[in-house]
Formats: sequence, C-alpha cells, structure tokens
Amino acid sequence: MSNKSYYSSITKKIIMSLMGLFLLTFLVVHLTVNSFLLVSKDLFNEGAHFMGTNAFIQVFQWVLFAGFAIHIFYGIVLQIQNWMSRPKGYKKRAAMEQSPFSKYMIYTGLVIFIFLIMHLNNFFFVKMGWVGHMPMTPSGEEDMGALVMALFHNGYYVFIYVVLILLMGFHLDHALQSAFQTLGLNHPTYWGFIKGLSRAYAIVVALGFAIIPLFIYFFK
Amino acid sequence: MDLKLKVWRQASPADQGKFVDYQVHDISPDTSFLEMFDILNDELVEKGEDPVAFDHDCREGICGMCSMFINGHPHGPEKATTTCQLHMRKFKDGDTIVVEPWRAKPFPVIKDLIVDRSAFDLIIQEGGYVSATTGGVPDANAIPINKENADLAMDAAACIGCGACVAACKNASAMLFVSAKVSQFALLPQGKVEAKERVKKMVAKMDELGFGNCTNTYACEAECPKEISITNIARMNRQFIGAKLS
Ligand code: HEM
Ligand code: FES
Repeated sequence: MSNKSYYSSITKKIIMSLMGLFLLTFLVVHLTVNSFLLVSKDLFNEGAHFMGTNAFIQVFQWVLFAGFAIHIFYGIVLQIQNWMSRPKGYKKRAAMEQSPFSKYMIYTGLVIFIFLIMHLNNFFFVKMGWVGHMPMTPSGEEDMGALVMALFHNGYYVFIYVVLILLMGFHLDHALQSAFQTLGLNHPTYWGFIKGLSRAYAIVVALGFAIIPLFIYFFK
Repeated sequence: MDLKLKVWRQASPADQGKFVDYQVHDISPDTSFLEMFDILNDELVEKGEDPVAFDHDCREGICGMCSMFINGHPHGPEKATTTCQLHMRKFKDGDTIVVEPWRAKPFPVIKDLIVDRSAFDLIIQEGGYVSATTGGVPDANAIPINKENADLAMDAAACIGCGACVAACKNASAMLFVSAKVSQFALLPQGKVEAKERVKKMVAKMDELGFGNCTNTYACEAECPKEISITNIARMNRQFIGAKLS
C-alpha cells in the first residue's frame, strides 16, 4: 500500500512518541494524587478538588484526551500496516526482540484502553454526573475519596485493577526508551541509562498504582 | 553428521509452495551451510529431481547475496555471521533444521529460497549516492574528517544489504538498512550536501514499497550479520526531523 499521501512512517512514529511522553508525565501526576489516599481520604479529596477546579488542569484534561486518541489512532494504524507488510509468516521464528515487551505493545495498549474506559465509567463519568451517584462530604463537597475507597474495598475490583495495572507496566517498560529512540535521542554513552530509566519508571509507576488499592483493601 | 532438513519449496512466484523434508548423511562438521546444500542438490540432481534454488555469490560474507532463514533466525543462529559463513559444527548430529526464505511483502519469493530484493535497489536509487561534483581524487588528508565520524561512517557502510533486518523484524521494517545507507553519507562532507533530500526521498520510497513501520524492537541489530547499530536509526530519525522542519 502506498503511504505517499499520508504521513510517512517516521512522522507517525514521532507524533506517537510525543503523545506517549505526554501520557507518561500524566501518569506521574495521577500517581502522585492517588498516593495521597495512603495518607488520608481528606488529603486525597483536596488533591482531587485541585485537579477538578484548577483552570490549567481543566484545559489540559481535554488535551490529554486528544493525546490518548491520537496515540491510540496511530498505534492501531501502524500495527495494521505492520501486519500487512508480512502476508505470509514463518514456520519457525525465534524471539529476536531485544526489548521484550515491544512485541506486545498493541495488546498491552488495548488493555490500557479497556482500563481507561472502565476508569472513566467509575470516576470521570460519575463526576460529570453522567452515570451513578457522587457521594458528598458533610461540608457539601464532592467526596471522590469515598467513591474510591468503596471500590478499593471490593475484592473483585481490586483484583482486576491490579492485574490491568501490571499489564500497563509492560507497555511502559518499552515505552519510555522507545520514545527516545524514535525522537533520535540515542547516544551510546547515555543509552544504558535511558533503558534503565525506562525500566525503573515502569516498575515504580506500576507498583505504585498497584500498591494503593491493595493497601486500602487490606489495611484501611 | 546426519541431519533432517525441512526446506521451503516453491516452483514459481505464483506457486503455493510447501515444506519438503530431506535427509542428508555423513556431513562433515567443517562443511559450510551452503556446501551442505550443494551436497543435497547433487543428490537431488542424481535422482533427477529439481535442486533447491538459493542465492549466493561471494561465499565469504561480503556480498550479501545469501539469504536463508534458518531455525527461526535470518542467516541462522550464529551471531554476526552470514549464511555462507555458517558451519555445520554449530549444529548437532540428528538435528532437524527448518530453512525458509525471507518473508516480507516487498521481498516476493522467486523460487524456493530465493526472494526478489530489488526493493532495496529502488531505495538506493532514490538517494544512496553522491551527485555533488567532488573533483579529482583529493589528497587523503586534504578534507579534515574527525576520527569519530570516519569510524561511524565506515561502520554504517559495512551494511551488505542482505535484508536480514527486514527478515528478522516482526514488522518487516527496512529502517536498519535505510538508516545505514543514510548515515554512511550524512556523516561525511561529500554526502552532507544532499543529506536532507536524501533522507526524505529514501524514507518515502521505503514506505511506498510496503515495508513496515519500526517499533524499536531492536531485533534487526541483534540479527544483522554486520552488527549495524540501531543508533543509525536514531540518526536517521534526527535527520528526518531536521529535514522536515527546515
Ligand atoms: C497511559 C497510557 C499510555 C502511555 C503512557 C503510552 C506510552 C507509549 C509510548 C511512550 C510509546 C512509544 C512510542 C514510540 O516509540 O514512538 C508507546 C507505544 C505504543 N503504544 Fe502506547 N501508551 C499508552 C496507551 C496506549 C493505548 C491505550 C494504546 C492502544 C492501542 C497504545 C498503543 C501503543 C502501541 C501499539 C505502541 C507501539 C507502537 C510503536 O512503537 O510505534 N498505547 N506507548
Ligand atoms: S554469499 Fe556473499 S555474503 Fe554470503
């Protein structure tokens, strides 16, 4: 298939990597707010309130949705083209990939997408008043913390949440260093560090997100 | 050594093709992989059968013609080695060896293990040359080139264009090949003049021919018989960004 009238393969990858890097920073912010739950529900509510009212964040949340949409769109387009570029496969093919999770990006990506829908349904849509019912604090403010706490005391929910988060970790393990390579930021002197950073990021973020519901389920 | 071979046989581009089992006996461990195929083909000819068609030329690891996908790896399991430089001592007596052609949409099978790699030539025609007039042969030291760039250009130029990167890549992407060809020029003064045009045209051709998109699996670097580095791909991406933005 001719790509001539579309963006070139490298352009598509660059757009994807920039959106991906943006999503990576978003995850850090999100994890920070979630971690307030370990301290207290009230602190978390303050954080949620800040995120829900701060003008900058309010604008950025739509940029974030666009970022997700573009990343997903190009992820799927690239993957379909990649499947088409080898119509007949091998009888015997060794695992040659040097970044182990690079092979499964479309699948771990789709897992994140499912998680995203589930997540929006549980929190964002409730906040927007589209589904369910938002609990209130005695002082009449939205009690996002109570909503989260209730879900994190549901064993099935916690189990699914933790599994999906770990699968997201596999996406992240490949993601950070891949984005650097795509943007041409690969120098032999720093490459080991960037690969290490990518792995460390994936471990910290995935474990960080997973520990919070587990801690609440068992200890709060 | 006695070995069992499962070899892809396909009479013509239009033929369906299938795997055929062969037995070879008393192969010396010092036989090269291609010599082992020569022995098999001699036997097939004796029996009045069609010998297995495969590509080869120099048989000393410099031309890039040999191209078998052996036991799941392009050029077989030995690192940094072309098929012609692979020896039977890397296998065990009694092994079953699966031999397939390169698989990629832009590399159609011509016959048996031979694929048409003209797609690489078409990419080279788009910019894998220098058309700036450089005058007569200059004195070796007249154009100052730092050692680092000279080495990097030389390493990139080691690419023999065999297509193992495409064969290895799960996306059948040609990025390692194209980036080596872009880099070998871009790093030297004679090649810099046309660097921007070159990278844009060669990438456009690569896409048009139906090679896949790179997803940074780095399988290409691991399987390349000349150990071309993925830093070339990063360099090409940088060059591409620079060329598009200017
Ligand atoms: C929090 C969510 C996500 C983050 C932080 C993230 C991050 C990244 C990053 C940084 C890359 C590397 C990009 C590159 O090298 O060019 C990547 C690749 C990829 N992502 Fe995501 N991603 C997320 C969600 C998703 C979702 C929802 C999908 C849905 C299909 C997806 C599909 C892919 C695919 C298929 C690739 C590999 C494509 C390639 O390497 O070109 N990602 N991701
Ligand atoms: S035949 Fe020339 S490299 Fe193998």
